Amino acid sequence: MDRYAEQRLFGFLARASAALIVAVLLLVVGVTIFRGGRVFLTDPAVAITPPGSRYMLDGGGGFLHAVLGSLFIVVPATVVATTLSLSTAVFLQSDYSSERTSDVINMFLNVLWGTPPIVYGVFVLTVIIAVGAQTSLIFGIVAIAIFQYPIMTRYADEALQSAPDAVKEASYGLGATRFETARVTIRAALPGIIAGVIMGFARGIGDAATVLFTAGRSTQMPGGPFEPATTLPILIFEQAASFNAEVRSHAYAASFVLIVAVLALIIASKLLAGRYARFAPGGRQ
Amino acid sequence: MDTTTDSGSNAQADRPERLDRRLLIERLSSYWLIGAGLFAVALFALIVLTLVQQSIPIVSEHSLLEMLTSSNWDPASEEFGYLPAIVGTIYVTVLSMAMGTPIAILAAIYIAEYAEGRMKVIVSSFIDVLAAIPSVIFGLVGLIVVVPFVGDYLAPALGTHSIGLGIVTVSLVMAIIVTPFMISLTVESLEALPDELREASLGVGATKWETIRSVLLRAAGPGIFSAILLGFGRVFGATIVPAMLIGGQTAIPESPFDAGETLPSLIVNDFGELMSIPLTQSALIFVGLLLLVIVWLFNFGAMLVRRRLQRRWQY
Amino acid sequence: MTHDTVIRTDDLEVTYTGKREVTALNGVSVDFSENKLTAIIGPSGCGKSTLLKSLNRLHEIQPNAEITGEVYLEDDPVYETDEPLPEIRRRVGYVPQKPTPLPVSIYNNVAYGPKIHGDYSREELDDIVETQLRKVNLWSEVEDRLDSPGAELSTGQIQRLCLARSLAAEPDVLLCDEVTSALDPISAEQVEETLADLKEEYTIVMVTHSMEQAKRLADDVIFLYLGDVIETNDARTFFENPQNERTQEFVEGHAAVEYDDGDDTAPDSTADAPPAE
Ligand SMILES: Nc1ncnc2c1ncn2[C@@H]1O[C@H](COP(=O)(O)OP(=O)(O)OP(=O)(O)O)[C@@H](O)[C@H]1O
Ligand SMILES: [Mg+2]
Repeated sequence: MDRYAEQRLFGFLARASAALIVAVLLLVVGVTIFRGGRVFLTDPAVAITPPGSRYMLDGGGGFLHAVLGSLFIVVPATVVATTLSLSTAVFLQSDYSSERTSDVINMFLNVLWGTPPIVYGVFVLTVIIAVGAQTSLIFGIVAIAIFQYPIMTRYADEALQSAPDAVKEASYGLGATRFETARVTIRAALPGIIAGVIMGFARGIGDAATVLFTAGRSTQMPGGPFEPATTLPILIFEQAASFNAEVRSHAYAASFVLIVAVLALIIASKLLAGRYARFAPGGRQ
Repeated sequence: MDTTTDSGSNAQADRPERLDRRLLIERLSSYWLIGAGLFAVALFALIVLTLVQQSIPIVSEHSLLEMLTSSNWDPASEEFGYLPAIVGTIYVTVLSMAMGTPIAILAAIYIAEYAEGRMKVIVSSFIDVLAAIPSVIFGLVGLIVVVPFVGDYLAPALGTHSIGLGIVTVSLVMAIIVTPFMISLTVESLEALPDELREASLGVGATKWETIRSVLLRAAGPGIFSAILLGFGRVFGATIVPAMLIGGQTAIPESPFDAGETLPSLIVNDFGELMSIPLTQSALIFVGLLLLVIVWLFNFGAMLVRRRLQRRWQY
Repeated sequence: MTHDTVIRTDDLEVTYTGKREVTALNGVSVDFSENKLTAIIGPSGCGKSTLLKSLNRLHEIQPNAEITGEVYLEDDPVYETDEPLPEIRRRVGYVPQKPTPLPVSIYNNVAYGPKIHGDYSREELDDIVETQLRKVNLWSEVEDRLDSPGAELSTGQIQRLCLARSLAAEPDVLLCDEVTSALDPISAEQVEETLADLKEEYTIVMVTHSMEQAKRLADDVIFLYLGDVIETNDARTFFENPQNERTQEFVEGHAAVEYDDGDDTAPDSTADAPPAE
């Protein structure tokens, strides 16, 4: 083939691939919003109505139990994961650990980062069986927190690393301790850290594999930390292929709620990260 | 000094005490932070140990080789052949990566080398959004769109039959899920290349495509290759989409249009019901361990490749 | 000067758009003569690289560069033309400032251009590679490791490899952007010697920061200042008898600094003259 024809062909293919991906995204979001929105917008009350007594059979009531379950699991999990991941990220900075140490820890974090969520689910379930407990909300929190931990550590580490060195130097120059300096650095990196927390929250609220066997798949309102609970992704997973049209329609409505929440969170995180990039010298755009 | 004496001996006396407190906080906080640093390692070790310990029953009762090569999965009668799920997993992984990789690389080339200004920002934000959509939503859209597409159009058009659920359906959806992830890593490696490399190649009269093909893709090769390996790991461990779309059939699939099972979907489909049989529980935990080890190998390979090739071409 | 002009610019104006708009070239019209080495000098940021790259449209890889005016390569327009851009860039080769090997073997670095532009047999390619590597005085240093990665050479060797790579595409004009600035003095000298040999055969346009280097190598000199051509002249006149006050200042300023380094060349008369008012 003539080299200019080849050049045109691949230029076209590159554009076409990008267009395809954009089109697929529009399709996925479009289908979810259209099919789910149709159910949800005709009767928004489904999201704030508790489920009926034969919910899985006739779809009576709504899926408030899953909305609350998601919040009760993901909010505490995010708090726990934020504390842990921020601490780990601070430790990874040069003030606390040698390059070797942080390399080793980073390697383990990378492995955790790539670990399939289902493995976390199986792990927590194994623990549940070992301690003789029953699947419940509290273990859902544990599983999601473990899942979020490597993701949020990566964001926090990146944010801390791109905080200007001048901040640290100034702080040490005033005779501050490492911990006091870390607090100043965290403040300088705060927008990036918060963006990471939001992303972690978004990932946590969307994940099903970790909570499937750990939170208990309840069809009732969450009763307490040691009672079974369910989340929106579990509800979608279980009801999407139901034979009852009403039950199935709740899965659609739930997916509408979920995608709107996730999109809002991503946009919030992007806006923060974008603002952050403008203020941090050398920060990535 | 003189000016501070006025403000009282109070402040002076305070100082050592205050310093003591600051140093105490410093010490306590560093214990906590060291603990947090070790948490990553401890968590990993705990997961591996727990899974290994819980897998012992099944591995000591059945020969590992036999389980990996037997196609008979029937927990009720204590038959634990993983082969159907292994074949299903390989099918899905290979098919999705075969579809996803070229598109991901081409789209990354578009973003890194062709797109400019506003268009670039728009397309890359779309890809970030695609990466963040929960997989259960892809599963749902798969049920609504891809299942009828495969069952009613694709399979008949290719002269076979499909109920819609099956390996091809899962692979199509997984290809979509895995691309944004590979795209961002590939774009990152391409954008990290110095402009001099582009100038050097264009400066001897290469076309833009020749420059991309024989210089940029090569120079970014380690990064792209590790993106692909990480992509493999992603598809391999994907759970929700296979569980929703593969049709749950523990027999060796005869064609990609058949229903089947992947290792993760096996866990999901059998865990709830069969928890009462202790050996089944162990067999499924063993699958978790298998997944962990294989994904770990992919990740480790990715890291190795990046380091070695990078040294060789020094980019 | 006109009859043997190989490449010339006509009222070239380049602007980098964006938040802070920068006009890098302000309507530049200059000629470059055949088989001469023309040095472009001027303070940092005055548009030297921009002028160089606009000669074969390499600045176009910056998405924010806008250009008006025209460049003529042997009377063929470079901008308003049907000739494919890669063909123009083959005729006007470019060597980047940073020694940049392609991520392939030494052999394939040199063979890169020929492989793209022609259908050569393996023997012919071997021939081309050897000839070009000899031209840049690199052959003896690499002949027994042609298959190792280009990046394994020292920076000075890489820079000569880059020259060979550009020459292998058989250009008429060679653009060199501060090709010695990233090198240690000894490697720089070797590259300089190579350039001195090459200017017998090629039209070379070279950006340099070193007044000394320009003196040693250049036949013609172009002095750029804030996007304007202040003076263009043959090297002798330029250094010994600058026509423009600003040139005089610039040449003297640099000369003073360089002779302070204890260079073996004695300062010439202009360096001693008082600075212009
Ligand atoms: N891509 C770009 N976007 C915006 N401005 C640019 C860009 N490239 C160059 N410039 C600006 O254009 C002007 C000329 O740049 P150029 O690189 O041609 O200068 P130079 O003379 O080669 O400088 P140096 O001696 O430092 O290499 C400078 O002010 C520079 O900041
Ligand atoms: Mg320059």
